[in-house]
Amino acid sequence: MKVAVLVTCINDTMFPDTGKAVFRLLRRLGVEADFPEAQTCCGQPMVNTGYLDEAVPVVRAFTDAFAGYDYIVTPSGSCAGSARHQHRMVARRAGEPRLAETGPKTYELSEFLVDVLGVTDVGAYFPHRVTYHPTCHSLRMLGVGDKPLQLLRNVRGLDLVELPAAEECCGFGGTFAVKNAETSTAMGADKARHVRDTDAEVLVAGDNSCLLHIGGLLSRERSGVRVLHLADVLASTEEDA
Amino acid sequence: MPAFPAAAREALADSQLRRNLAHATSTIRAKRAAVVGEVDEWEELRLAGAAIKDNTLRHLDEHLLTLEAALQSRGATVHWARDATEACDIVARIAHGHGVGEVVKVKSMATQEIGLNEALAAQGITAWETDLAELIVQLGDDLPSHILVPAIHRNRAEIREIFRREMAAVGRPAPADLTDDPAELAGAARLHLREKFLRARMAVSGANFAVADTGTLVVVESEGNGRMCLTLPEVLVSVVGIEKIVPTWSDLDVFLQLLPRSGTGERMNPYTSTWSGITPGDGPQEMHVVLLDNGRTRALADEVGRQALRCIRCSACLNVCPVYERTGGHAYGSVYPGPIGAILNPLLKGVGVDEQTDSLPYASSLCGACFEACPVRIDIPEVLVHLRSQVVDAHRGGAPKPEAVAMKSAAWVLSDERRLTLAERGMGAAGKALNRFGRAVLPGGRRAVRRLPWPASLWTGARDLPAPPPESFRAWWRRTGRR
Repeated sequence: MKVAVLVTCINDTMFPDTGKAVFRLLRRLGVEADFPEAQTCCGQPMVNTGYLDEAVPVVRAFTDAFAGYDYIVTPSGSCAGSARHQHRMVARRAGEPRLAETGPKTYELSEFLVDVLGVTDVGAYFPHRVTYHPTCHSLRMLGVGDKPLQLLRNVRGLDLVELPAAEECCGFGGTFAVKNAETSTAMGADKARHVRDTDAEVLVAGDNSCLLHIGGLLSRERSGVRVLHLADVLASTEEDA
Repeated sequence: MPAFPAAAREALADSQLRRNLAHATSTIRAKRAAVVGEVDEWEELRLAGAAIKDNTLRHLDEHLLTLEAALQSRGATVHWARDATEACDIVARIAHGHGVGEVVKVKSMATQEIGLNEALAAQGITAWETDLAELIVQLGDDLPSHILVPAIHRNRAEIREIFRREMAAVGRPAPADLTDDPAELAGAARLHLREKFLRARMAVSGANFAVADTGTLVVVESEGNGRMCLTLPEVLVSVVGIEKIVPTWSDLDVFLQLLPRSGTGERMNPYTSTWSGITPGDGPQEMHVVLLDNGRTRALADEVGRQALRCIRCSACLNVCPVYERTGGHAYGSVYPGPIGAILNPLLKGVGVDEQTDSLPYASSLCGACFEACPVRIDIPEVLVHLRSQVVDAHRGGAPKPEAVAMKSAAWVLSDERRLTLAERGMGAAGKALNRFGRAVLPGGRRAVRRLPWPASLWTGARDLPAPPPESFRAWWRRTGRR
């Protein structure tokens, strides 16, 4: 089984710890995964903003980087969704069918752990009060269901509290966050309020981009709530504590 | 009409409006979820609805001719209207032909889409809306803000105020002691409207469905005002979008299950009226059907976008949309607000025609709640992205906007690993500088930025931004020799 990790451009540049956590976690589970260095981005920022021509070379770089692997694992529901559903659109635009070939092999982290590895207890330890926000693309584009929750419920020491209106969008939406900044922050403010209502110490999600937005609002409100990627929580062990 | 972000600003600042909307949409959402949950084969019904609509649209030309022939054989007159002007002229001509100065109306999106009331007014004909919510909107000299609940942005106190202030000028006044009790408000509207039903010689309706093989039009409603309009006047004119066709009565079965549950959260709508031509001595003795294109063939020609023509105007997408819930319907600048409006308006009008239409495909975070709720499985996020690409393509070639420059540069950096590595080094250096000056500290200890100049201020206006880390993931990977 040849496994590659798609770290994603945002984790690579802004949240390298999440990338490191994925490798730590996979190695602990006996999976020796590669980081194909030619990888850059899934092309989603361009596709979602309507710049399909511009997305073509980015998706081409993606396809070249991951062509030889059986599985591509990524700590992002959004990027997995983009690879699976949007690369077809880009392939059609470019007239290059091979650009759609890596998409079906791309798995969001919790999907890979539960569906491919068949693991729900990853041997993690994280003694904190946590609430979980299911990001829209994980939830609706990929249909990961409660897989992230199954994984979190098996983390020792973790006190999982339910987030009110969990399935409602946080308002990030890529360039939506700046093109419709006021609507985006109105949505995010409601999400942040629900998070505060849980009295959780940590908000966990499967997409750092959504957490960048919610965390940015929580920080502005000086809420004291920390945001953390699912991978960071699952990678934590007793030794880290 | 300003572009969506500017139009939304007013609603976002109106806390009363946002409370009205949040309350109303969450109530309908819960009702819908409960009655949809009762149907075991809901997904199969959705698939059937989508398939019937798709098959019908694929052979729309044939079904339209079948419908025309069936209607004519039952004594109706069929008119074809390419656009709003043609449709309005046809209706006005019929009214003039009968010397009619007023018409009663059944709530209809098609007639609002073409601006029929305004066009008739310009020709000296008054159109009275008889749906309770439409009456509230019309009396308040307001615009509808929801497809099914046009006055969703109004609360009871506001409605009482409108009735008290406006009813007297156009007919029977509201009772002097009118309170904001819903039953009293409905009672006042009933008495006010009854005069108009009994007086009117001509009615105008739309149709939820048009059954091709029998030449039957169908309206589903909750109040019964529709059937008063459909049966009392001498002349009936129905303006029907050409996408409303279903081939046979058995196809209706599927939609009469999907529509009320998705729309009002009811198992069945209270009134279903069907009419097919003329019956001597009973009901209207003259019936006209105006088959309306107004951009529908344009939408049909769009391979990805044509699925929007499946829409049965249930509003389920509006009620689950987090953007609609906060901006209200007026920001969309059209009688079709919410997620369906964000795709239907550009499809009907064409992209690149004005800034407002071009802003609509971007009025979504692409969260997908609309697709999940849609009873005919319109993949609204897919169509939104598709239309965004059309908007971008329509503006290629001219002087590039800052956004286009940013996207082209980002794509250039992101299409090559070496360029990305260099860019990350630059960000890392900036991050180190910010680490020294960054004013906020995020829980967990990371530095963050509070204020940045435009365009980054669009982010930092309300959100802190973590400072970029000194070392990117790939730099760490190389440094630690993991490769």
